[in-house]
Amino acid sequence: MDFWLDPLVQGILLGGLYALFAAGLSLIFGVMRLVNIAHGDLIVLSAYMALTTSVTLGLHPLAALVLVVPFMAVVGYVLQRFLLNHTMGGDLLPPLLVTFGLSVIIQNALLMGYSADPQKLKAGALETASIAAGPVSVGVLPLILFVTAVVVIGLLQWMFYHTALGRAFRATSDRQDIVQLMGINRAHVFGLAMALALAVTALAGVFLGIRTSFDPAVGGSRLIFGFEAVIIGGLGNIWGTLAGGVILGIAQTLGAKIDPGFQVQAGHLVFLIILAIRPRGLFPRID
Amino acid sequence: MPDTKLHVSRTTRLSTISMTLMFVVVLVLACAPWWASRADIRLFGEISLYIALASLWNLLAGYAGLVSVGQQAYVGLGGYVFFGLTLLAGLNPIAALLIAPLIGVVVAAPVAVLIFRLRGAYFAIGTWVVSEVFRLTAAQVSALGGGSGISLPVSVVNALAQGRFLREALAYWLALGVAVLVTAAVFFLLRSRRGVALMAIRDNELAAKSLGIDIWVTKFVVYLVTAGLTTLVGALIFLQKLRVSPDAAFSSNDWTAFVIFIVVIGGVGTIEGPIIGTLIYFALRETLADLGTIYLIALGIVAIVIMLKAPSGVWGLIRGRRGLELFPISRRIRGLD
Repeated sequence: MDFWLDPLVQGILLGGLYALFAAGLSLIFGVMRLVNIAHGDLIVLSAYMALTTSVTLGLHPLAALVLVVPFMAVVGYVLQRFLLNHTMGGDLLPPLLVTFGLSVIIQNALLMGYSADPQKLKAGALETASIAAGPVSVGVLPLILFVTAVVVIGLLQWMFYHTALGRAFRATSDRQDIVQLMGINRAHVFGLAMALALAVTALAGVFLGIRTSFDPAVGGSRLIFGFEAVIIGGLGNIWGTLAGGVILGIAQTLGAKIDPGFQVQAGHLVFLIILAIRPRGLFPRID
Repeated sequence: MPDTKLHVSRTTRLSTISMTLMFVVVLVLACAPWWASRADIRLFGEISLYIALASLWNLLAGYAGLVSVGQQAYVGLGGYVFFGLTLLAGLNPIAALLIAPLIGVVVAAPVAVLIFRLRGAYFAIGTWVVSEVFRLTAAQVSALGGGSGISLPVSVVNALAQGRFLREALAYWLALGVAVLVTAAVFFLLRSRRGVALMAIRDNELAAKSLGIDIWVTKFVVYLVTAGLTTLVGALIFLQKLRVSPDAAFSSNDWTAFVIFIVVIGGVGTIEGPIIGTLIYFALRETLADLGTIYLIALGIVAIVIMLKAPSGVWGLIRGRRGLELFPISRRIRGLD
């Protein structure tokens, strides 16, 4: 029994990380129908920013969040206002190709700046601390991560439905042209959405860096995990991304239990099966 | 006395000249083994394969609106199918090259049914997932070296042709041949009924649908043709490299990033764009060689600037508003003046 219970619990907790990857992706798609191919590389960029700040200032990686999160939010706003807004329109190609180009640029810039050597954020005792919960022992860090993901997604949900900013996001999502007549600056709203998305991304990046080692090339697969969580959970459903992340996490840890080389593939297969039988995801938003 | 009768034609004086010129260029290039150095022949072969890859990606993204960032799935599949057929099944390399595109089509059909459920930009990431699934699967095939890959044994290489000169010449002719084949396939597809449907979908999907075009089937056919031919190109790439490994075969940088940049710089949605883009890419690479990472960053920046400032690429700038065509595709009315 414990044999399966342990990977199940670990998978649920891993799902928190994937939900954080997915939340930023889901947010910008929801508000402006933009799919950011560079999302994974921005996650990795955040991890490197945390590495630099924690090493130069001697900070704990989690304390580095205080600097990295606002930094990435500013990066997001600037990126959106000065680059991505120019690609927004009816055509599919420009935003895709520009974010794809961005992905290649970030990845290679990191390669030049930090080399291809794997890096890790050192979080001291937190990395190995664990608490026993019945038959399984649960790592403190994965637990913090999971709780953070739940809180972040809860906050995003609350922001969307109970604040003026959320109202602006939803209105822009519904009708980009009409919203301008109501005195909302669409370009600014897009900038804010990207800033918020990259703030979440920064969080995801720092947790990624503490959890596992990373190098400039891992961005692509982080994008894919986030994307799979979004599709499994159902487009447009923020809580669905958490469910999607958890399902993906469980699939991966159970896959790893069967064969270590099967971990990532098991996640992909579950994604493809869900795409085959429930193409709109498990919990699609009811329109 | 001028001919005042109105008629429709596709050829222009420019297209006739350019088609003749291209025919001559291909003939001269086909004789390259007798006038060029071995290094040059390798370069020409590589250029040919990139022209084929770029034209295929352009057909998919520029004409069918299927923006894929996972075409390395079929390049890698081609490499592995070629190695599997020659190494494990003991087939003659030429027979393996003939079978490879068929396998590509057979594999692509269920993949297309699945990922066509993803709309627009999510389709792009879906193609990436597929290429990852292929890569991870290839890494599990221990008979082909698993994660570390395998080299093509001398016996297979020798089965291709006798002697080094003939072998290298044959590999080069195959590469040149596939570039001509792919360009011709795209050219004739675009001139056909289906090609007109494709361009109608590209220009306005809703209007095309209301005219009775089956959008799903049209895109499905293009996806399968592209996948089959990309698999063939992949087989040829790894015939030249003589070694296949999961990371090289399914490399996102080599088979997708460069290809996308080439097409964007040359001009998306034109048949000339990928060819011009490939020539620019190799001209830059040969002069700026050894810059490595900076080169990729620079290409990325150039592609972004072009996408924002001149989305129709270098060929779009040359073509201008007069609609010059090196390949006669669109119809024009003659005899109006």
